[in-house]
Amino acid sequence: MKDTDIKRLLYVHLLCIFSIILSIFIPSFFLENFSVLETHLTWLCICSVSVTAVNLVLYLVVKPNASSKRSSLSYKVTRFLKCCIYFLMSCFSFHVIFVLYGAPLIELALETFLLAVTLSTFTTVPCLCLLGPNFKAWLRVFSRNGVTSIWENSLQITTVSSFVGTWLGAFPIPLDWGRPWQEWPISCTLGATFGYVAGLVTSPLWIYWNRKKLTYKNN
Amino acid sequence: MRKISVLLFLAWVGFLFYAGIALFTSGFLLTRLELTNHSSCQEPPGPGSLPWGSRGEPGSCWMASRFSRLVLVLIDALRFDFAQPQLSHVSGEPPVSLPFLGKLAFLQRILEIQPYHARLYQSKVDPPTTTMQRLKALTTGSLPTFIDAGSNFASYAIAEDNLVKQLTSTGRRVVFMGDETWNDLFPGAFSQAFFFPSFDVRDLHTVDNGILEHLYPTMDSGEWDVLITHFLGVDHCGHKHGPHHPEMAKKLSQMDQVIQGLVERLENDTLLVVTGDHGMTTSGNHGGDSELETSAALFLYSPTALFPSAPPEEPEVIPQISLVPTLALLLGLPIPFGNIGEVIAEVFSEVEDSQPHSSTLAQASALHLNAQQVSRFLHTYSTAAQDLQVKELHRLQNLFSKASADYQRLLQSPQGAEAALQTVITELQQFLRGVRAMCIESWARFSLVRMAGGAALLAATCFLCLLVSQWATSPGFCFRPLLIPMAWGLTGAVVCAGLLATTGLKLDSVVLGAMAAVGSLLPFLWKAWAGWGAKRPLAALLPMPGPVLFLLLIRFAGFFSDSFVIAEARAAPFLLISLILLLVAQLHWEGKLLPPKLLTIPRLGFLTPAGPPRHNGTHALGLGVGLLLCIRLAGLFHRCPEETPACSSSPWLSPLASMVGGRAKNVWYGACVGALAALLAAVRLWLRRYGNLKSPEPPVLFVRWGLPLMGLGTAAYWALASGADEAPPRLRALVAGASVMLPRAVAGLAASGLMLLLWRPVTVLVKAAAGAPRTRTVLTPFSGPPTSQADLDYVVPQIYRHMQEEFRGRLERTKSQGPLTVAAYQLGSVYSAAMVTALTLLAFPLLLLHAERISLVFLLLFLQSFLLLHLLAAGIPITTPGPFTVPWQAVSAWAFMATQTFYSTGHQPVFPAIHWHAAFVGVPEGHDFTWLSALLVGANTFASHILFAVGCPLLLLWPFLCESQGPRKRRQPPGNEAEARVRPEEEEEPLMEMRLRDAPHHFNAALLQLGLKYLFVLGIQILACALAASILRRHLMVWKVFAPKFIFEAMGFIVSSVGLCLGIALVMRVDGAVSSWFRQLVLAQQKAGEQSSLVYTGAGSSAREAQSHLLPPCSQDLLASGTSLFYNSKS
Repeated sequence: MKDTDIKRLLYVHLLCIFSIILSIFIPSFFLENFSVLETHLTWLCICSVSVTAVNLVLYLVVKPNASSKRSSLSYKVTRFLKCCIYFLMSCFSFHVIFVLYGAPLIELALETFLLAVTLSTFTTVPCLCLLGPNFKAWLRVFSRNGVTSIWENSLQITTVSSFVGTWLGAFPIPLDWGRPWQEWPISCTLGATFGYVAGLVTSPLWIYWNRKKLTYKNN
Repeated sequence: MRKISVLLFLAWVGFLFYAGIALFTSGFLLTRLELTNHSSCQEPPGPGSLPWGSRGEPGSCWMASRFSRLVLVLIDALRFDFAQPQLSHVSGEPPVSLPFLGKLAFLQRILEIQPYHARLYQSKVDPPTTTMQRLKALTTGSLPTFIDAGSNFASYAIAEDNLVKQLTSTGRRVVFMGDETWNDLFPGAFSQAFFFPSFDVRDLHTVDNGILEHLYPTMDSGEWDVLITHFLGVDHCGHKHGPHHPEMAKKLSQMDQVIQGLVERLENDTLLVVTGDHGMTTSGNHGGDSELETSAALFLYSPTALFPSAPPEEPEVIPQISLVPTLALLLGLPIPFGNIGEVIAEVFSEVEDSQPHSSTLAQASALHLNAQQVSRFLHTYSTAAQDLQVKELHRLQNLFSKASADYQRLLQSPQGAEAALQTVITELQQFLRGVRAMCIESWARFSLVRMAGGAALLAATCFLCLLVSQWATSPGFCFRPLLIPMAWGLTGAVVCAGLLATTGLKLDSVVLGAMAAVGSLLPFLWKAWAGWGAKRPLAALLPMPGPVLFLLLIRFAGFFSDSFVIAEARAAPFLLISLILLLVAQLHWEGKLLPPKLLTIPRLGFLTPAGPPRHNGTHALGLGVGLLLCIRLAGLFHRCPEETPACSSSPWLSPLASMVGGRAKNVWYGACVGALAALLAAVRLWLRRYGNLKSPEPPVLFVRWGLPLMGLGTAAYWALASGADEAPPRLRALVAGASVMLPRAVAGLAASGLMLLLWRPVTVLVKAAAGAPRTRTVLTPFSGPPTSQADLDYVVPQIYRHMQEEFRGRLERTKSQGPLTVAAYQLGSVYSAAMVTALTLLAFPLLLLHAERISLVFLLLFLQSFLLLHLLAAGIPITTPGPFTVPWQAVSAWAFMATQTFYSTGHQPVFPAIHWHAAFVGVPEGHDFTWLSALLVGANTFASHILFAVGCPLLLLWPFLCESQGPRKRRQPPGNEAEARVRPEEEEEPLMEMRLRDAPHHFNAALLQLGLKYLFVLGIQILACALAASILRRHLMVWKVFAPKFIFEAMGFIVSSVGLCLGIALVMRVDGAVSSWFRQLVLAQQKAGEQSSLVYTGAGSSAREAQSHLLPPCSQDLLASGTSLFYNSKS
């Protein structure tokens, strides 16, 4: 592991953050009455799309893991389709978990689903980019001593911080402050976004800080 | 001895908590007895002539009415200085310009123009300064405390005698407009009413504008005798913006205009009263007892002259409740029975009367009537309750008799001097003020010292729990030091109490308890600190895993927010679900969730025994998902703390009898009975799974036959209760009798079942069998040539063992007779079987107390605690031979689940949400067993606390129970498959719970540790409640949210701690019974004179009988008692 790797990681993460910031400001030039809180669902869609796009582009450009040898078109297409299925599966399973956590079952289903989509964007999409539709690899990355590169390490950190952010975002909901952002699911999406951004910021720093201690099997 | 000391120690810790709770409560919750007596026109409060009022005269009772109509304008939170003019104090300085000063300009003008018509008072309010308590005070004239112990908890309606009641009973038309709290307090009392919602404190205008819309039209219509308006804008403005905000100026100006409009419309027979119910702090809140909160403005105005003199320079300070007797006498009403206020004497002067003494005489007579009424109340109250000081009571009564006698004498000789009358007035006033002071002393003052002391005691006890629970797991733990400081402390406290008693100082039992607690706590903490804390850093004291600590902290912090307390029904499952997901994630993180073959390529996968592994990670994942589903489903049975448009309770909480429509009712009835049957079937299945259903012992027979009988009884009771109205008239009496008898029968059955269980708790099946234990080696099928060293390692011992077996078999066959063998089945689950049986038996009577459909929740309760126990067991390593630990996450999850179940059984920590109907289950109509009703309602409310506390030892037992399912696979490091296979299959039958028995010292230590951890988790909840209630005692919601929460938490804690001790005692009883059972067995064997062996097996299904194995040296007690019979003959 070299410092250049960490630097690359940092730049990639900064670009991700930049895409989120852009998704807040750019649409107001094209859409009337756009604001993160009032037209929240629109923002969620835009944010998800832009983060996904940036992730994909960065993955294609940076190529953090040695790409597989096979490069036939059919292989690529099946891989892409598999990724889509994985993404949808993760959206639905997040939706189910939110409902189990106490989200309303029938009312606000669209809102809940968009929250699931956003959270999937922050967690599943990077996993898909980095590890591919390979569930075993995912399980490996998210278990003790399963990390094999700084990319996977940062993936671990951003994913967990996105989850924690969403979880923490649920806490203001019962408070009687009467703020617009306390409505379901705004606080949770904001929490997820903040958690994701925080993960993006801290993971390069944390890796840099612990670079002496971190040893990866494959490096 | 060890068992007794564990139980004693737990009881002592419970006592420490109780002492803390009691001390805190005595300082925080002020109580008073509500009397329901009423004053009436016909009964004057005492002997003596009625000076003016003659009973025949219409509209006058104890005194002739001065006004026939009244307009009462209540402006919520109208602080006294809001009515003050904007004064420039010092001429040189610019005038102080505060937004709230000088805005009631009309009031000031009228005070200057008509000094004999209007008067401004500073009315002194008694805490608690919350609207509901103030309204009670303003109508009853008493000092409402938070808990007015009365007959009716179910509604807020005022049971005491009050002005509104007197008004309606004398036929006055009372019109009300404003805050809807009045509707709760006086349901149906008003001839016309316009209520507006008061809950949203950010809304400044809805209530006020609503009132203004109706006020003048109503007033002009003349269809009223008493008009009450309650404006909320000023109060809400205070909460939202604080008094120092321009909005407050606007609001006060609006109020000024209202007063002006009213004064212009007043007729000569009408009195106008403008008053605030309390004040507000500089931040705009109220509820406490600070100067600003307790000063309110009171303004009286009459179109005719009312006062004999011009107002004094500085407005007079009078108690708020003075208004009650004053208004009552001015309107010609009897003074409410419980009033302790003193009339404002000066309004009873006859201004136009020419006689010299008449003014003073009128004042004296009003005061005398008032004093007679107060004396009558005191007399009644002191016979009903003992909380007033006896000495002071006597002094006051003497004062009253003297003043009364003087007054009577003066009345006989009306030529008495003015001075004598004045003395009588002074004496009467002294009496009235003395009474008020005495009542305030005992009813209306927070004791900060006691509150702080109680909270400190709770905190110290929590710390003690933490310390000792840590200590109990350390290897060098012994039980003796637990008792010594305790005994010292208690003796010290007893000596102290004895000394105080002999010196004649009367001591509160609460204070005495607290002193005993402190006395025993201090030496203990000191000793623990000196002996143990010195060796280790303090950080070692907090061994809780970080995430669990974080969740507990969030729960702790949640008690300090009224929103979170209100939303706890959703917050507790949220935390519980988080904890469960955390457990699953942790299992995965440590590689225990998924079998290693998913992670690494299975090398020799085909070698694993046929059939799916019984216990693996996907199993744990399934458990987690099932748990989440159960919790979510249970959450559907949700009750709102208050019925608001935003929150509606689940319709499934109501009893079936309230349903209309036969089909839905039948379907629901079927579902309830189905849930009941499923619960029974599940318990039976569980017992059969572990083999305990085979035992011929009486408790098992009871489970086989008594439980279904109880289920039948319950179902029949439900059928009767839900369809009682549809029964034909001939059968009414029968139905009524049966619906009383059936619950009693079920409860009786449950009690007898519990008795049986206590009598013979060992549910094992003993089989004496001649012949050698046929230990059969199970050879794992192995195909193909051994390829690696690992395979060789596996195969060779197998072959060896097989040969050994053959050899032994041949040897035994040479003997003429095999050793006598006793096979005891189900020993491995003997503790849990007793616990599960006891819990089921307990659940039935509790189920009967709930509405029918809650049975579904009970089913979910059993299901989810079963799943949780399994999930927890998956993460807990079994450490033999001890010390055993119960991890914090297990205890926390258990406590969370108890809270979650409290809510999902349709409860809420507010008084109106208590299920009162539980008091009538099994009690014939018309009977009034107070203690029984309280017991039933308490059992209903705290059902989940009871069940979970009693079931707490299962947390310790379950991992051992699960051992039979997952043969110690999890103790093997993952990936080390070769070694796993080498482990001899027939090494020994899993010992399961007998592992605990084999290490009695560690077993008892683990039980102690479990109890202390559970008490700690509950203890920090009650500590948080106490701290929240004391820190936020000025909060708007203190009496509505925090205080009820504290009471419910405290009651729940007491119930839980008792249940916990009972649960642990039950486990110990089983343990004792198992020991004596062993001893008997040994004796029997000795008598038989045979060299014998005991075959012991965990699960006694006949298929596995052949696998029974030799008992390892099972119990150290037995070895110590000199028997060595437990060795097989092979030695």
